[in-house]
Amino acid sequence: MTDATLSFDVAMEKFDPVLGFEVHVELNTATKMFSSAPNVFGDEPNTNVNEVDLGLPGVLPVVNKKAVESSIKIGLALNCKIAESCTFARKHYFYPDTPKNFQTSQYDDPIAYDGFLDVELSDGSTFRVEIERAHMEEDAGKLTHMGGATGRIQGADFSLVDYNRAGVPLVEIVTKPIEGAGSRAPELAKAYVAAVREIVKNLGVSDAKMERGNVRCDANVSLRPYGQEKFGTRSETKNVNSLRAVENAVRFEIQRHAAVLNSGNTIVQETRHWHEDTKSTTSGRPKSDADDYRYFPEPDLLPILATPAWVESLRAELPEPPATRRKRLQADWGYTDLEFRDVVNAGVMDEIEETVAAGATAAVARKWWMGEIARRAKLADVDPVALGVTPAVVVELDALIRSGAINDKLAREVLDGVLAGEGTPAEVVQTRGLAVVSDDGALQSAIDTALAAQPDVADKIRAGKIQAVGAIVGGVMKVTKGQADAGRVRELILKTLGVEA
Amino acid sequence: MTDLIKHSAASLAAKLAAKEVSAVEVTQAHLDRIAAVDGDAEHGVHAFLHVNTEQALAVAADVDTQRARGGSAAADLHQLAGVPIAVKDLIVTIGQPTTAGSRILQGWHSPYDATVVKKLRAARMPILGKTNLDEFAMGSSTEHSAYGPTRNPWDLDRIPGGSGGGSAAAVAAFEAPLALGTDTGGSIRQPGAVTGTVGVKPTYGGVSRYGAIAMASSLDQIGPVSRTVLDSALLHELIGGHDPHDSTSLTDPSTGLVVAARTGNVKGLRIGVVQELGGEGYQAGVLARFNESLDLLRDAGAQIVEVSCPNFVYALGAYYLIMPSEASSNLAKFDGVRFGLRTLPADGAMTIERVMASTRAAGFGDEVKRRIILGTYALSAGYYDAYYGSAQKVRTLIQRDFDAAFTQADVLISPTAPTTAFKLGEKLDDPLAMYLNDVATIPANMAGVPGLSLPGGLADEDGLPVGIQLLAPAREDARLYRVGAVLEEMLEERWGGPILNKAPELIPTQILEAK
Repeated sequence: MTDATLSFDVAMEKFDPVLGFEVHVELNTATKMFSSAPNVFGDEPNTNVNEVDLGLPGVLPVVNKKAVESSIKIGLALNCKIAESCTFARKHYFYPDTPKNFQTSQYDDPIAYDGFLDVELSDGSTFRVEIERAHMEEDAGKLTHMGGATGRIQGADFSLVDYNRAGVPLVEIVTKPIEGAGSRAPELAKAYVAAVREIVKNLGVSDAKMERGNVRCDANVSLRPYGQEKFGTRSETKNVNSLRAVENAVRFEIQRHAAVLNSGNTIVQETRHWHEDTKSTTSGRPKSDADDYRYFPEPDLLPILATPAWVESLRAELPEPPATRRKRLQADWGYTDLEFRDVVNAGVMDEIEETVAAGATAAVARKWWMGEIARRAKLADVDPVALGVTPAVVVELDALIRSGAINDKLAREVLDGVLAGEGTPAEVVQTRGLAVVSDDGALQSAIDTALAAQPDVADKIRAGKIQAVGAIVGGVMKVTKGQADAGRVRELILKTLGVEA
Repeated sequence: MTDLIKHSAASLAAKLAAKEVSAVEVTQAHLDRIAAVDGDAEHGVHAFLHVNTEQALAVAADVDTQRARGGSAAADLHQLAGVPIAVKDLIVTIGQPTTAGSRILQGWHSPYDATVVKKLRAARMPILGKTNLDEFAMGSSTEHSAYGPTRNPWDLDRIPGGSGGGSAAAVAAFEAPLALGTDTGGSIRQPGAVTGTVGVKPTYGGVSRYGAIAMASSLDQIGPVSRTVLDSALLHELIGGHDPHDSTSLTDPSTGLVVAARTGNVKGLRIGVVQELGGEGYQAGVLARFNESLDLLRDAGAQIVEVSCPNFVYALGAYYLIMPSEASSNLAKFDGVRFGLRTLPADGAMTIERVMASTRAAGFGDEVKRRIILGTYALSAGYYDAYYGSAQKVRTLIQRDFDAAFTQADVLISPTAPTTAFKLGEKLDDPLAMYLNDVATIPANMAGVPGLSLPGGLADEDGLPVGIQLLAPAREDARLYRVGAVLEEMLEERWGGPILNKAPELIPTQILEAK
């Protein structure tokens, strides 16, 4: 049973959406936020834990300096101010995935605040999202609910908890309310999360794999009549963990809110759960602004002092921002906007950059990555980068073509050989015997045979109808199984017939 | 051999170094004393919740072997190697249970050692066992232990102070020459005062808290318990120092403590009498001994000055907001999920919430529940500013009072506790009366400054020990030892020997028979 919705277009006619996002980024530090236990994904449950992560009696936290540096870098990349001094606080709630029954987080003085992120939309426009804050905290353990039909806590017989994730460093990035997105709201949602993901990946501070929960999004949606200043009541859809889901969840919530408001009812302030199977949300728990977490300053930790010198040294380490890099690469490569967007969307920008760096022209690199490689990836239903073709292979294929050793058609077959694990392109050419037939003697005999088989065509050519030569070329290629240089074949045919090209 | 137990740690260390006695003999003598007088929950001193016989003797034997080997092996031994020690059961130890005096940790064994315990082990001090305390160190009488009270060796019908009544009583009863305590509002110093022993709360951050089960993180501090000022200095120097596992531990801790204790001198020193810590509410015999100590210090060349700390009157009230607030948070982890007691609800759904609630209802005693409720309330939205926030402001004012006082005096002095040891049960039903025991000790915790309590003689009206408290600026712990050693020496002269010599003999047969 899913909630009633209005169509998106009708919803947009009647209401003005306001969005807000809380994106949690798991940092890829070697150890945890407050302990020396390893921060590793996918290990045996409860192996990457020590007494601190389990919250055993007597333990104390120690701040991971690397995590603070990563947090500052994120803040800088989001154009935030960095607090010269900030503190940790305890956020209390009893839940078995939280070993101390409080989460060590930041409350009223986050490490980074007042930033913005310019998000590129598909129509080429840029939408500025204001960042309220980015603060440091620790992740909770992972609960697995056993015995129920749904895997959810309701109906489960018991739950298992894995504390490997407990204490993993997190940065929570909170936007200010995002107004004015209008019907672009779902796209903006996706583009914003994608941009954050891209930034943290580019900074090297997170593995940024959404499927692993390295980047998790809580999406806040509210609607108000156009012209009204006051925000409507919001819902918070928790843990939307793919870019497509972010877009869909925001779209669904807009449509659901619109239906509720349109029928004269009021929105309940609550958390919502996104369901990929039904592409809809269901009610979670009521969430009021007065949820009492009894925050108070963490007495076991000293304030974090970020001196201007430290911040500036970290700023100097920042890599080129992704958007700047894209502008630079597009200009360098001379791609049109459309060509470049296709490259970005296909996720092969890095590969093209490497291919060009390895010696291919930008046009050749695009021809391969967006052509044959993309086509094969689509057939295999994987991303082009996942196919296993390296920039070096592309460069080698191109070199083989340019040297005349193979032609385009043969190159495609060589690529198949490479993908089949038969070795480098040169090795595939060798083992499959794919080299172009360049022995004029062998070609001449094939040409003689073809001319003898089609005497009428030969006559037409002699009579000056040079375009008829294609039929003879085709015959020759058939005989040589394509392993001939079509240009050379054409030359030889005309020479044989004594015709000037 | 029983004579061994009467020696100070420094004296035992000297005898061990001179090979006059073996560490096994010293350790065994104390274990024998424990067996003779410690009794159980109903009888005897009951200072120990766990006696660590085998491990203690093994460590002692190891020390003897190393010393016998001579050469660098013997030379590398710490001066306290082979001197046994008792550890408050709030401090976690591998190989022995740690209960915090609470049912909720009954049978729990820590998989790691507290930093201070690691230091004891590195120095090869045999750990005699774990000492009794008020549950989670919440109390001033050790009556709030889930395992029965500790009794004061001076009078087994009286309280030994709290929360560290076990450590103080063990040392007073010659069951151990040294002990570790923890002091959040006076839990080392007030038991020291009422048992006639020495106890020191170091500067906040001077000793690592890693492995001390937290009550109020911003106030807790581990410190030494002993029978002499020098012994406390020896232990303090061993356990002090920066610990990377404790972010609040100082990187430049106090040094020169032992030297200060050995070369005590108060000539020309300004000693400030805190007007607000004395007078009304203080027992006459306590004030008489206190004034006597002032006279002695004056005779020794100190300049006695009066100082006023007007905000100290708010210290107790502010303390009873900050301490429960932090305690309510620190004790949240005791929920039956990962360690310790787990109690299932008698009926109804076995949800996590109900199992946690049932465990905490069964596992915590009344005083702990009282403080968790107080703290939870004080931190609640809408009350935070009025309670926790205001209390923190008072804390700042108390720190300013200390700052001002220390411009007029090098060391401050006061009675440690307003009264001598009261009877068991006397204040158990009156939490406010119980809380008042710490009125003179709490300001030091609120400001993070160090404090020392030493025996100042016996009160005329009841013949029970009175404690004298010395307070110094943060990081100036050495001053406490410098003044404490002088006062101790003069008081011993005045009383014809250590005050503890006046304690009635504990009669082992009576305890054993009763048991």
